[in-house]
Amino acid sequence: MIWIFLLLLIAFAVLAYVAGRALAVRRSRGAKSHSRPGQHGLYALSWVGAPALAMLIAASVFSTSIEQQMMRAGAPDSVAQLEPFRREAFFADARLVGAGQEARQIWPAPYAEDLPAEGRRAHRIAATLNWGGGVAALIAAVLGGLFVFTRIRPDLRARNKVEGWITGVLFACSAVAVLTTLGIIFSLVIDSLRFFSMVPITEFLFGTKWSPQIAIRADQVGSSGAFGAVPLFAGTFLIMAIAMAVAAPIGLFSAVYLSEYSGKKTRAMVKPALEVLAGVPTVVYGFFAALTVGPALRVFFNGIGDMLIGGPLNGLGIYLSLVQNQMALVAGAVMGIMLIPFVSSLSDDILNAVPQSLRDGSYAMGATKSETIKKVLLPAALPGVAGALLLAVSRAIGETMIVTMAAGLAAKLTLNPLETVTTVTVQIVTLLTGDQEFNSPKTLAAFGLGLTLFVVTLLLNIVAMRIVQAYREQYD
Amino acid sequence: MTDAAQNLTEQGTTGVSPRTQRLKARLRARYARETRFRWYGRAAIGVALAFLVILLGSIITQGYTAFYAHTVTLPVYMDPARIDRSYPQGANFEQIVAEQQIRRLSVQDDEQGTKASAMKALLSSELKFQAAKMIARQPGLLGQTVPVAAPLSDDAEMYLKGKITRDQPEDQRRVSNAQMDWLDRMKASGAVRAHFNAALFTKGDSTQPELAGLLGAVVGSALMLMVTALIAIPVGVGAAVWLEEYSPRNRITAIIEVNINNLAAVPSIVYGLLGLALFINFMHLPRASPLVGGLVLALMALPTIIIATRSSLKAVPPSIREAALAMGASRTQTVFGHVLPLAMPGVMTGAIISMAHALGETAPLLLIGMISFVPGVPHAIDEPVGALPSLIYIWENASERAFHERTAAAILVLLAFMIVMNAAAVLLRRRFERRW
Repeated sequence: MIWIFLLLLIAFAVLAYVAGRALAVRRSRGAKSHSRPGQHGLYALSWVGAPALAMLIAASVFSTSIEQQMMRAGAPDSVAQLEPFRREAFFADARLVGAGQEARQIWPAPYAEDLPAEGRRAHRIAATLNWGGGVAALIAAVLGGLFVFTRIRPDLRARNKVEGWITGVLFACSAVAVLTTLGIIFSLVIDSLRFFSMVPITEFLFGTKWSPQIAIRADQVGSSGAFGAVPLFAGTFLIMAIAMAVAAPIGLFSAVYLSEYSGKKTRAMVKPALEVLAGVPTVVYGFFAALTVGPALRVFFNGIGDMLIGGPLNGLGIYLSLVQNQMALVAGAVMGIMLIPFVSSLSDDILNAVPQSLRDGSYAMGATKSETIKKVLLPAALPGVAGALLLAVSRAIGETMIVTMAAGLAAKLTLNPLETVTTVTVQIVTLLTGDQEFNSPKTLAAFGLGLTLFVVTLLLNIVAMRIVQAYREQYD
Repeated sequence: MTDAAQNLTEQGTTGVSPRTQRLKARLRARYARETRFRWYGRAAIGVALAFLVILLGSIITQGYTAFYAHTVTLPVYMDPARIDRSYPQGANFEQIVAEQQIRRLSVQDDEQGTKASAMKALLSSELKFQAAKMIARQPGLLGQTVPVAAPLSDDAEMYLKGKITRDQPEDQRRVSNAQMDWLDRMKASGAVRAHFNAALFTKGDSTQPELAGLLGAVVGSALMLMVTALIAIPVGVGAAVWLEEYSPRNRITAIIEVNINNLAAVPSIVYGLLGLALFINFMHLPRASPLVGGLVLALMALPTIIIATRSSLKAVPPSIREAALAMGASRTQTVFGHVLPLAMPGVMTGAIISMAHALGETAPLLLIGMISFVPGVPHAIDEPVGALPSLIYIWENASERAFHERTAAAILVLLAFMIVMNAAAVLLRRRFERRW
């Protein structure tokens, strides 16, 4: 339906352009016009198109919630008394029946009789809203047209007005960035507040037990969930630390080598290769971790374990021989590989920003290249490198696919890299991809975790960008 | 230098003194440190490149086998006693074919028919659809013997591709020795034939690995990227033009700029949460549809496009703007008539690269519901679809081993798309980039 309206809208707008242009030519006969006919046409187009488009967008954004309100308001008493979840299911089935399809479930006596009538009502409401939106858009277009066509005259400053519209649209485009941020904050905060009204925030931030099982029936065994997120924070930290232990030295050393030692040829070969490593999607790294690195490391540790069993380190041997595929080390190491090009390209930029005079001064004093790097370049670049590493940390914390595929689900409070741990992002995915019950703490917990993740990464990014910025200005 | 100078003077007067020896040793140590440091750098780059080779190598070696498949062609006697003319899809074709094939291989079956069911396990359910379709189209085939072609089951396929071998203990593998013998005999007689796996590119997802293809996911990803490109490129370019060419230097501009830089670093999964809360729970757009996926990816791609567009607008020299303004053009005419067209190669390069990046993004798609099984090929932007990266995730989680090689093949297809897009961006830059 909306597509037909959109096509109509485009047809109207084109018509308005042609009409505005023709009108401008006719009315300016003999007189000297301020703007060119095409600009009058564009002016007419904007006044016909923009209000109608705004109406259509508003209608499509709000129609579903209005529809639900109307369905709820006019429902028979028996339906109105249903639990919200069942009621929505009933309305969904009513819509299906209204559209001439089968209901998805079999409804008992009082509801089954209401179903056809409610179906017709749903159909009517949907049609009303649909046509209502279209008619409102049409009225807006006509009103805009009436307004604009009376104003087309030779002395109308149509060009300036059209340019005003264009500036407005361009500003609206940049405002989308701010709106996205606001959207993120609102959607995270609203659902998090609902979560924190069920689970105290102190329990969430400092509790050490995480088992978000909420029973559907109240009498079910183990019906209470625990929402202490400390094990998740610990798991995230552990995997991040392993990733940085891999990425920081390799990334830094390759950046140093590329910017200080390597010839142009090597650089031209190695840089694109590292960019390929950066361009590989994270789901591919996840596959690599889960099916290649995980089994390989398990075989390796089990082999060592088998050798140690019976010796002086028997206990350790037994432990190692039972290590599983999903361990923190696997996810951390693969994430580290993913971060190498990130660390290396940022550090490369930062090392290149150190003025040549510092290097020359050091060489003039007889220092070797490596001494210059260690004693002069790195201290000078330290703030920038620290900023780059912080950005990498923020990436590691927010990374999802590798840990989802390779880290596991067991929320353990441990720093042992051979154990299975879970992270904040893994739990968000797990909580929101299973069977979702709306409004249960289990679903809302994901938004609490998301808010925590957003705040932490935002702080890290702000601090890191400040450091990098201040460092760049230092040598400008 | 100081060391070397002292070295010379002392050598001239006293020969090799203990002091000179000390200095020489120190110099040697310093040079050794220098060499070692150089090798650390080389080692770091070597390790990084080795990771790249291992990563790509492991995916290629796991995935190339999915690009060929085996088809079995068997003469089937369409037994009128067991096939209902009016309802052929109700007949148990797999059983019929398996029993006939057992007899043809002159294997004696026992009373429970275990041999026949073992043979049946080697055939795909596609055989039944093919045979039923033939009968439905030509009922005259009943009572005749006709050749029917169909894929082998995933287990049989795994044996023929060498992923299940005879060295494994028989009770730990899914293909028994007898089944292996039959497959070998069928292959020797020419009934089983290897060929390019066209089904991988012409079919949608399926619960049976031998029938699962990528087309549904490729189309889903394409629809999604279309929505993303239609929204993110105009809005991103518009925002960049405003920030670079129109914006006054004031607080609002500063806030927008800080915002864009921060958005570029927000974890992708947070965008998934935004999509779930805003587009699905609030606006009630259809779950798992390319529309919602495209909107989320568009918001994610926006900062990258804005940053790339701004830098290519910055590269257009001010003299162009001044010349246009001096000729009496308004600001808008200057920007849209001169600056933006000159910046277009850079803008398009940035846009293509950000689209390639969006193509591989997975985490937000899982949250907006692209994690469930979607059979067939989608054709509308408001229906549930699968996307290539989420299909990779789903197949990786599947328990059948045959899905693993298909996952690697799906990754190769995804990487091929990304390589093509990036190559297009590089070509565009090489061909049209202008330096002033």
